[in-house]
Amino acid sequence: MQGLHQLIPLVLSCGAIFFFILARSRAVATAGGDLASLHSRPGYHGLYAFLVTLLVGIGLYLFLLLAGNAYVNVLLLGRVFDLAPDMRAIEATLAVSDAKALAFGEPASRTDAIRDDVATLFRSLDSLHFAVLAVIPVAAAGLAGVLILRRIRRDWRARNGSEAIMRSVLMVCASVAVLTTIGIVLSLIFETLSFFATIGWRVDRFLFGTEWSPLAGVHEGVLDSERVGALPLFLGTLLITVIAMTVAVPIGLFAAIYLADFASARVRTWAKPLLEILAGIPTVVYGFFAAITVAPMLRGTGEAIGLSVASESALAAGVVMGLMIIPFISSLSDDVINSVPQSLRDGSYGLGATRAETIRMVVLPAALPGIVSAVLLGVSRAVGETMIVVMAAGQGANLTVNPLEAVTTVTVQIVMLITGDTEAETAAGPAFTLGFTLFCVTLILNVIALRTVRRYREAYD
Amino acid sequence: MNIVVKDASLADTEIKILARDVNVHYGTTQAIHNVDVDISDKMVTALIGPSGCGKSTFLRCLNRMNDTIDSCRITGQILLDNQDIYDREVDPVLLRARVGMVFQKPNPFPKSVYDNVAYGPRIHGLVNSRSDLDNVVEKCLKRAALWREVKDRLHEPGTGLSGGQQQRLCIARAVATAPEVLLMDEPCSALDPIATAQIEELIDELRLNYSVVIVTHSMQQAARVSQNTAFFHLGNLVEYGETTKIFTNPEDQRTQDYITGRFG
Repeated sequence: MQGLHQLIPLVLSCGAIFFFILARSRAVATAGGDLASLHSRPGYHGLYAFLVTLLVGIGLYLFLLLAGNAYVNVLLLGRVFDLAPDMRAIEATLAVSDAKALAFGEPASRTDAIRDDVATLFRSLDSLHFAVLAVIPVAAAGLAGVLILRRIRRDWRARNGSEAIMRSVLMVCASVAVLTTIGIVLSLIFETLSFFATIGWRVDRFLFGTEWSPLAGVHEGVLDSERVGALPLFLGTLLITVIAMTVAVPIGLFAAIYLADFASARVRTWAKPLLEILAGIPTVVYGFFAAITVAPMLRGTGEAIGLSVASESALAAGVVMGLMIIPFISSLSDDVINSVPQSLRDGSYGLGATRAETIRMVVLPAALPGIVSAVLLGVSRAVGETMIVVMAAGQGANLTVNPLEAVTTVTVQIVMLITGDTEAETAAGPAFTLGFTLFCVTLILNVIALRTVRRYREAYD
Repeated sequence: MNIVVKDASLADTEIKILARDVNVHYGTTQAIHNVDVDISDKMVTALIGPSGCGKSTFLRCLNRMNDTIDSCRITGQILLDNQDIYDREVDPVLLRARVGMVFQKPNPFPKSVYDNVAYGPRIHGLVNSRSDLDNVVEKCLKRAALWREVKDRLHEPGTGLSGGQQQRLCIARAVATAPEVLLMDEPCSALDPIATAQIEELIDELRLNYSVVIVTHSMQQAARVSQNTAFFHLGNLVEYGETTKIFTNPEDQRTQDYITGRFG
């Protein structure tokens, strides 16, 4: 029966469409040729019937599916304990999942009398569950549809009803996004707290410790609470961010000034989209570009002038990350510079200022808050960027500010922790804590950026 | 078509700007047709006419502000002190330092009152010391009749002043560059009657030192502040002469109709 479950929502949807057509044509019939005499257009009668039958049907289906599954599980576990009262809970659960597999002829971890018996029970329960799922939601939806059809009159306010339902649907969708955010933040906070608890609340060790190797002692079943110092990670992130911004800010800003104040309209129409394509390149492409092209090039250049450059260096990752951020800074700054009123430029030209003086003394100061926020958004991109640094910056937690050496960043270590062999439970603590730190930093940067932008808007509207 | 009154009929002064046969095109549309105007020194010349008649365009020719518009093409001759301002030798930046401009909408820079006025002297290197600059700023704010109102808030943003104060600040800013000619493009159109009266009074004082050219939609304003008036219609200069004559005894029927409010 398992494969057939999925057909029920399809049947319900078809039914809802059927009621849409019925309700619509019934409304037309009720109007008796004078459609304007209806309070709601026929389409709204149809929409109302469609929404109600669909929501009743799907809602009941989902409820019965989940509740039924839970109830079946309880019954199966009860049968296991009836047959073997002294079985451990975890073994009983395993027995039940084996029995479910056996019931449909799939391979189980092992077979015995208990499992066969439970499998037989499951087969019968499952057919019953399917029958319930097939009958009740469809019947309820049909009943709701019929009731709505009988209610259709000239003065029946179907539009108000369907709009109210649509409003709730929109609200539910909006709250999904908000609740997800809240859920993620809460889980970050709780995981962080539990990680701090396992290292004995030595938060200072995490923030200021210089040795990062939390999984070193994991074969003994515990985190090494001595080696959880994330300082090298923070420093590596900072180093790469600084390098990236050193590349991105001047180039991006100058490009923006050129586009906004010097380029002709024709150059602008093709140059700006082209620059924005740079933002559309997947960061993984930048990553292997950094690792395969830029890093060896830097190393070769370094050797030629007698410098030893590691094959994975902060410099390579930072430079490529800077290239990636250029379009953010230039595009945002260009918008801000363009929104400085032409009247200010005219005022400056009218006083005999040159174009350069006008840009330096009038346009840039006026655009400064917007430019600052563009730079801060760029910084939060750099701090959170992962693929480039994973591929090009290295993995060892070196405490160094030498851009020619390999460093590691917060994001890289999260990737290492989660994709490594260590079981998720143990690796999750440090990973969540690093993630939470990262989240706090980018949140603060974004808040500052948005606030400066808002202050700027107040000054110019 | 163009009725240009002979120089003799203008008030008997030196000519500051001499425009001959000026044509302006925006792309394929012609905005100004063969305009000849003589702007007298130390006098106020008003440019009047219905919207879109080309008076602002003509004004912007006088300090080459139209250069910033790509599609704009200008032919003819405009002489400032007998030098062609469209000559290749002339740097428009230096020209604009000599021919200042005040715009329709007050456009103070988002800087302090002090820095707004000091902008011109700073970029042109007109002063050597901080105390010189202080003097220039004070003198210009006094000349713009703004000193009394802002002397205690010189270091607050210029954008925080009222509309009339902002416009006087823009005039002070233009005056600080020490121009020889001051172009004003409807300087009072965004202001209330009180602020307008203050600006008009100011214009009357400014003409002691500068040649002033003002574009205005208000016939009364033209009559009050100017000595010479030019009437533009559909890109043509219809009539040019002494203000009193234009307003009391115009030669052209269109001028007569316009100043009596029959069209425009």
